[in-house]
Amino acid sequence: MDYFLQQLINGVTLGAIYGLVAIGYTMVYGIIGMINFAHGEIYMIGAFIAVISFLVLGLIGITWVPLAVVIVLILTMLFTAVYGWAVERLAYRPLRGSFRLAPLISAIGMSIFLQNYVQLVQGARVKPLPPVMSDVIVLMDRAGGFRVSVSDLQLLILALTVTLMIGFTQVIARTSLGRAQRACEQDMKMASLLGIDVDRTISLTFVMGAALAGVAGVMVTMYYGVIDFYIGFLAGIKAFTAAVLGGIGSLPGAMLGGLLIGLIEAFWSAYFSVEYKDVATFVILVLVLIFRPTGLLGRPDLEKV
Amino acid sequence: MDRAAGDPMLTMTGVHTFYGAIEALKGIDLTVATGEIVTLIGANGAGKSTLLMTLCGAPQARYGRIVFEGEDITRLPTCQIVRRGIAQSPEGRRIFPRMTVLENLQLGAITAPASYAEELERVFLLFPRLKERSAQRGGTLSGGEQQMLAIGRALMSRPRLLLLDEPSLGLAPLVIRQIFQVIRDINRDHGMTVFMVEQNAHRALRLAHRAYVMVNGLITLTGTGAGLLANPEVRAAYLEGGH
Repeated sequence: MDYFLQQLINGVTLGAIYGLVAIGYTMVYGIIGMINFAHGEIYMIGAFIAVISFLVLGLIGITWVPLAVVIVLILTMLFTAVYGWAVERLAYRPLRGSFRLAPLISAIGMSIFLQNYVQLVQGARVKPLPPVMSDVIVLMDRAGGFRVSVSDLQLLILALTVTLMIGFTQVIARTSLGRAQRACEQDMKMASLLGIDVDRTISLTFVMGAALAGVAGVMVTMYYGVIDFYIGFLAGIKAFTAAVLGGIGSLPGAMLGGLLIGLIEAFWSAYFSVEYKDVATFVILVLVLIFRPTGLLGRPDLEKV
Repeated sequence: MDRAAGDPMLTMTGVHTFYGAIEALKGIDLTVATGEIVTLIGANGAGKSTLLMTLCGAPQARYGRIVFEGEDITRLPTCQIVRRGIAQSPEGRRIFPRMTVLENLQLGAITAPASYAEELERVFLLFPRLKERSAQRGGTLSGGEQQMLAIGRALMSRPRLLLLDEPSLGLAPLVIRQIFQVIRDINRDHGMTVFMVEQNAHRALRLAHRAYVMVNGLITLTGTGAGLLANPEVRAAYLEGGH
């Protein structure tokens, strides 16, 4: 029971990070009907920007943790937003209206380019970040039992994720930008007939997704303490799995999918084998694609028009 | 930008539009004057909807010139044309099915947020049914309600020129009468200029001040609504056969 509880906490934390990345996949898919294959790299770049920012802040003497974390988050979101914008501008927009596979291939190219670019300028070795937050709250510590604890960092990750998700859901549901995004998702031509700048709306969607991936990058850097130029690939595919599991195109689906993937990974590692945790995730991807391609919260395209 | 009734608001000169290699518009010349209701009638596939879409730059005309209120809009992107004051209720209505009626109307006002509340009230006054259904999803509306919503959504941007593509298509006679009454009202009471494509030639010609007949990508006839109603050629081709 104690052990289970601890794994639950770990799984939820992991799931929050996957969920944030998955939102970027699902939003972009929702609006242009295509997977952004470079999205995992944006997350990886977010992690690098976090490490660099923490180092720079340390050098210039900003060491008060809450302030440093806030600055790092803002900087990372700004930079990854620019990267997300650039990916859309370079890999997607010039190919809009061309055959469907073309932008996917150019996005894979973008992903390979970004990986190699980071490897080139940052080196191939693993980058460590000394623990920034290390306080732990012990929840349960019975004699002979397993010590259950939650760290400050885990609480921060959860709180930040929940806040961001609520914030984004509100933007999509209530603001004029969110309405424009949903309009483009449902009928791009009609959206432009109403005066919506479709190109700009698509750009902003990439930018929003990238900023969230940037936050996930910061969190994973602080959580694991080590990163390298290759982390975007696996995390990207897992977040993609989360988006598919939840129902691609659905925002709550991406959050739910992320949570489930995080839990599955944590429990699989705890009770079966750590080595095969990735296999567990991908078996789920395969099963969902075979038996429920619309995902848990996805809707089949049955609309009366 | 007050313009007197009768001034040319919209002019198309020698407009050609292509879909790939297919020439859908083969040199269109027409004008719509401020304050008019002008209708364009013609058989299926004549290019009527293409003409309306070309006005909105989707697709853009390959040759020719489109001038709206003195400005050449031929090469403007679609979203900019709407901002100049042209709104369209397009072919097939294109209601956003997974958004509520209210959200559809809010989207219509996306280029004119300042006058949103005022326009919403006006649209609800014109179509009380939309007010009753405002929380319902667009995709669950009946055909007539969707048509009302499409027109209401177009009005939300406060256009000076309203483009309507087949507002009567697939609707019951009673609903058609209601919608045509609204078109007449917004023209007469609000001075809205209307350019309307219709298959229901009889009703359209009775409503319109002037009309154009389109055959196979070309304008073949033009005149007043009443004049075309009396024209034997038009009667034979569009009035006595179907309606």
